[in-house]
Amino acid sequence: MAQRIAVIDYGMGNLRSVAKAVEHVTAPGDEVLVTDDPTLILNSDRVVFPGQGAARDCMAAISDHHLNRAILDAAQSKPFLGICMGQQVLMEFSEENGGTELLGLYPGRVRHFPGGKSADGTMLKIPHMGWNQVIPTHDHPLWAGIEPGSRFYFVHSYYVDPSESGLTAATTEFGVSFASAVSDKSLFAVQFHPEKSADDGLRLLKNFVNWNVSS
Amino acid sequence: MLAKRIIPCLDVDNGRVVKGVKFVEIRDAGDPVEVARRYNEEGADEITFLDITASSDNRETIVHVVEQVASEVFIPLTVGGGIRVVEDVRRMLNAGADKVAINTAAVFNAEFVREATTRFGSQCIVVAIDAKKVSGEGEPLKWEIFTHGGRKPTGIDAIEWAKRMADYGAGEILLTSMDRDGTKIGFDNRLARTQPICRAVMIPVIASVAWATCNIYGGWGERARQMLFWPPVSSTSSSTALSRAKRFMGSGRRGNT
Repeated sequence: MAQRIAVIDYGMGNLRSVAKAVEHVTAPGDEVLVTDDPTLILNSDRVVFPGQGAARDCMAAISDHHLNRAILDAAQSKPFLGICMGQQVLMEFSEENGGTELLGLYPGRVRHFPGGKSADGTMLKIPHMGWNQVIPTHDHPLWAGIEPGSRFYFVHSYYVDPSESGLTAATTEFGVSFASAVSDKSLFAVQFHPEKSADDGLRLLKNFVNWNVSS
Repeated sequence: MLAKRIIPCLDVDNGRVVKGVKFVEIRDAGDPVEVARRYNEEGADEITFLDITASSDNRETIVHVVEQVASEVFIPLTVGGGIRVVEDVRRMLNAGADKVAINTAAVFNAEFVREATTRFGSQCIVVAIDAKKVSGEGEPLKWEIFTHGGRKPTGIDAIEWAKRMADYGAGEILLTSMDRDGTKIGFDNRLARTQPICRAVMIPVIASVAWATCNIYGGWGERARQMLFWPPVSSTSSSTALSRAKRFMGSGRRGNT
């Protein structure tokens, strides 16, 4: 059945790649809508919540676009995929910009990478940029067809540290082992960029588009 | 752990890829979408397009190239060449580029880098540095920034410049060693071996490497974390080009390390 997928646009970064990648994996007839309209977002079948930039700017933009309520409602009521900052802002608090209050849907903080050196002695340069391995912590429909340890593309300096370990859907190692994906009921959120992660990224997006939450 | 990044760089002239594209399997070897798609399939970690279009009238063509490629190839895409003002950056990012590379414009107007990183974020600004060794025999090693394909010296110390660009918010440094008479044939072994720039900045430094270097210096590639290379004109397939780059460096996203 044809469905509508909203990509939330709140002015933080270019959403073209996200929208194009989602379009790439949808069925004919499906509609991908880039929008900041709370009504359209809540009337969609699925919601993709991307975002890049600094935490404080993101929170300000969400507020300026009057999207706080719509994002929280959508995150708890329908298949919802957070990407990058769209994962981070779901937590309570970020260390970025001298400390920033976030949407607070889940308990936990967003922390800055410690840096230092990796196990083989190479310097861990921040931002964490490039293809790193993602290790699922449990089975989930969004990991279907993706080998554990597959690499996805990351660009970020802060990472999500949920206080409930049950939220973590995958971990990645970069000086610390961090939650590169979290999941809860109809929500899935990733720190990496599936829209820039070649075949495995497209597979994850396709899994999201086909995700039947009730099953 | 984080994979090394291997990034083919494709020169684009008037909307067509003009180097490193002799794929036997591709009907239209100069089509940027086809070439990018092929490199993606072969496991390139990112792709860089360098616009070498001479005529400013035809500058718009690169925007269409970026739009097309970004709609069909889902790995990070960097665009360089002719990025001089904030509006150039905005156009490229809106077209679907993930990053832009700023070269000469940074040397002539360093504030442009600060402006661009403040406006669009560090993650999408790559500052390209062309460095050449200027110290003589027996002197302490010193590299200087050159422009115009390595012909014009600027008097700027390369390491100091890299630090300054990092301070201005650059997300990455793309380092080209112009030694060997500016031919880009050889990446300066000492610049790479002692890694003075890599040590001087906390942001990733991408080594830009001429194809021939992948044969000449088998040693330092293994220590590099990210490398950009121009595939050779004579290459018969992207697979051959990439696999040699991977051997030189020790793999990318599909490898073990």
